[in-house]
Amino acid sequence: MINELLFMNGYEAYVLSAFGFTLLNFAGLYLVTKIQFVKEQNKFVAKFGSLNTEKAKSAKSQRINKEILANVTNN
Amino acid sequence: MFKLFQPSKIFQITSKAPKYILFLFVIVLSAGLTEALILSPEDYKQSDAVRIMYVHVPAAWISLGIFSSITFLSISGFVFKNKNFFLISKSLAPSGFVFNIIALVTGSIWGKPTWGTWWAWDARITSMLILVLFYAMYLISWKIYENEEKVFKISTIITILGIINVPIIKYSVDWWNTLHQPASINILSKSSIHSSMLFPLLIMTAAFALFSLLIFLMKYNTELIKIKNKGLDRL
Repeated sequence: MINELLFMNGYEAYVLSAFGFTLLNFAGLYLVTKIQFVKEQNKFVAKFGSLNTEKAKSAKSQRINKEILANVTNN
Repeated sequence: MFKLFQPSKIFQITSKAPKYILFLFVIVLSAGLTEALILSPEDYKQSDAVRIMYVHVPAAWISLGIFSSITFLSISGFVFKNKNFFLISKSLAPSGFVFNIIALVTGSIWGKPTWGTWWAWDARITSMLILVLFYAMYLISWKIYENEEKVFKISTIITILGIINVPIIKYSVDWWNTLHQPASINILSKSSIHSSMLFPLLIMTAAFALFSLLIFLMKYNTELIKIKNKGLDRL
């Protein structure tokens, strides 16, 4: 059973490299997208932190800004 | 109606959804890999090389589906003057591009044991290669143009030109003599693929669709935060 799975009648190099390439691409795309997301999120937090009280209050009045900050705290 | 889909309203959902989608994706992918690599039977002609179909076909389907969606959304963005449609299109493109590359590379790997060659300038393969170029042009247009109006216009023109290629990809196997076999799965008529192979193919397609949804949501959230970052600069 394990031999059948590993050797695939001589086609293992083709099959496993196709699956491996696909999964590698998935991992790469996920990582790149995640890094970009975290970078933008951190930039937002840093910018928000540098606002004075009045501007911060005005920015926080927008629901989406509150959501972004809440997500950072939850993560 | 479009107000319901305003980014400020849906961010609450799109920001929380990725973790659930990721969880679901891992489960469906595990089931799909088990079916594709272990449980599904080998082909009487292609033997175990047929298993490459389980990554090649879903990748090709999804890359075509995403490009069609991008075109539809870009045109809708112009018609309804809705920027959010462009934002959704832009967020869909990276996964479509990667799926297109996966379809080309796994197709090439599959070609070697079945046709005896890694590459042939066959109608289906060449038209898929053209599609990847349109994806690249679309993504590059977002990188090089800073003016919003300009990028909306140019990216839409690219998608309109690129969509002409989509029916060519679909019907290339019927219109020309190609190395590719005709479609085995038909929505309107009976499919020629056996259920023991169709089932893993559908599970893998579901897994790939979940993955593209996951990447789309992450990318869409990133774009929204980018816009909000610009908003903070203006305060």
